[in-house]
Amino acid sequence: MTTQYDAIVIGAGPAGMAAGATLAQHGARTLLLDEQPSPGGQIYRTIEESTPAKLRTLGADYVRGLHLAHALRQSSLEYLTNAAVWNITAAGDVYASHAGRSRHVAAQHIILAIGAMERPVPVPGWTLPGVLTAGALQILLKSSGVVSTGVFLAGAGPLLYQLAYQYVAAGMPRLVILDMATRANTRASLLKIPAAPNLTSLHYLWKGFRFFERLARAGVPIYRNVSNLVIEGTDKVEAISFRHGNKEARLPAHTIGLHAGVIPNTHIPRALGCAMAWDEAQHCFRPATDKWGSSSHRNIHIAGDGAGIIGARASEHAGHLAALQILHLLERIDTATRDSLAAPHRRACAAHTAIRPFLDQRFAPPGEILRPADDVTVCRCEEITAGQIRDVARAGCQGPNQAKAYLRAGMGPCQGRVCGPVVTDLMAEVHQKSALEIGAYRTRPPFKPVTVGELAALD
Amino acid sequence: MFLRINPGAATVRLTFEDQDITATEGDSVAAALLAAGITHTRDTPVGDAPRAPFCLMGTCFDCLVEIDGTPNRQACLTPVRPGMRICRQRGARSP
Repeated sequence: MTTQYDAIVIGAGPAGMAAGATLAQHGARTLLLDEQPSPGGQIYRTIEESTPAKLRTLGADYVRGLHLAHALRQSSLEYLTNAAVWNITAAGDVYASHAGRSRHVAAQHIILAIGAMERPVPVPGWTLPGVLTAGALQILLKSSGVVSTGVFLAGAGPLLYQLAYQYVAAGMPRLVILDMATRANTRASLLKIPAAPNLTSLHYLWKGFRFFERLARAGVPIYRNVSNLVIEGTDKVEAISFRHGNKEARLPAHTIGLHAGVIPNTHIPRALGCAMAWDEAQHCFRPATDKWGSSSHRNIHIAGDGAGIIGARASEHAGHLAALQILHLLERIDTATRDSLAAPHRRACAAHTAIRPFLDQRFAPPGEILRPADDVTVCRCEEITAGQIRDVARAGCQGPNQAKAYLRAGMGPCQGRVCGPVVTDLMAEVHQKSALEIGAYRTRPPFKPVTVGELAALD
Repeated sequence: MFLRINPGAATVRLTFEDQDITATEGDSVAAALLAAGITHTRDTPVGDAPRAPFCLMGTCFDCLVEIDGTPNRQACLTPVRPGMRICRQRGARSP
């Protein structure tokens, strides 16, 4: 017997926690499914297992997650942890694997609060053991208190500085920042600082300033205008070389944290056939949504970074907005109630996103990351290089989906999650077309590995 | 090369390639392996190249390992349990 809900929320990050609590508070029968053992998503990971020392290390932004997790625990929704969602249908069916058993549930409305993933950073040597994403290093710090004894943080994005700050706060100042943001973008970004910044924007700018100040005080070396990044080694990382300005450098290394910003997790919305849009400022695909987060399918809603990168605080409010619209569609609240409850969330969303144009420009990924040199591996699973993608494109391959047939690109275990954005960019470059014209990999269930035994045991 | 900032927490014993390692309760398998100094957790099926956990958030699948006999487990999404037997996933395709 399939359990039927009013709403199923996928993901217990800021958007999912907020949406789930609001839905349940207004009496909607709600199920929240999450892949992790405890709430928080990536940003507030293991928030409930925090000691005072950990909260000090991770800072006030992290502490914010406590009230969201608390609201979730106080609410009447059903919350299933360690649940890997491996299929969703446009009709509202959801299949999830939990403790070695798959279950089938269904709902009138689904909120995908599946957040962001890190933009791939294909540089020479990025497949070597010892190379992780900066996000991965932050997860190790948040979840396990595990830190590298000496790390190069390379790429472009505020996370590089935030992570460095957290490492310093944790008493681990042995790190080097290689900032690959271009001088042109740094300069252009200054014009995008809001002319009359609201308090929230000022807070974000002050936070950035505080990172720089603390890192300078700790003596953390910061190389700027870094390009030509190469990670060297045979079986693991041994050295890193790069240009900074017009100087060359080569330094011994064992751990590298790469980062080039985050992009929406579009794997599931694409599989559902949700209409996609191209976000020029953030250089990524995102599902097309209306002002409530509803996708091109009227019962599929997308809240938070999964609908376009807006950050943790705005995502929380986007979660409330999606929940209010669903409550309205379920006829639990009338239009006037929906709109009056939504108003403060809209104002907060606007306040928290006012600084985005500055951040998007300041930390825009450089060309060598978006369209790597021919010898760089692009598809980590099937070990396919940028040169191979360009070659098949020149030979007539029209797009990412045909590249699967030519090369098996995107057909390994990650199902194209990592190489997808790069393959689209390379195809767009060769064919002189826009990313939207080229399109992205078609995705299909199962989204996660599931055993044949589990499939057979389904009702 | 990784270390723990508060090494005092409760320990969980498990094995990797039949070698004993200790982890902390609440670790993912991937975090436990990295903290134990293990830098090679998988061989790729195409080039037989060594790999290790990369994204730790379930996206990249580079941390696939064999856990208690079941291959293709995402180490970054699997919490450690006492006595877990973890093996390197060897991905070479059959000829």
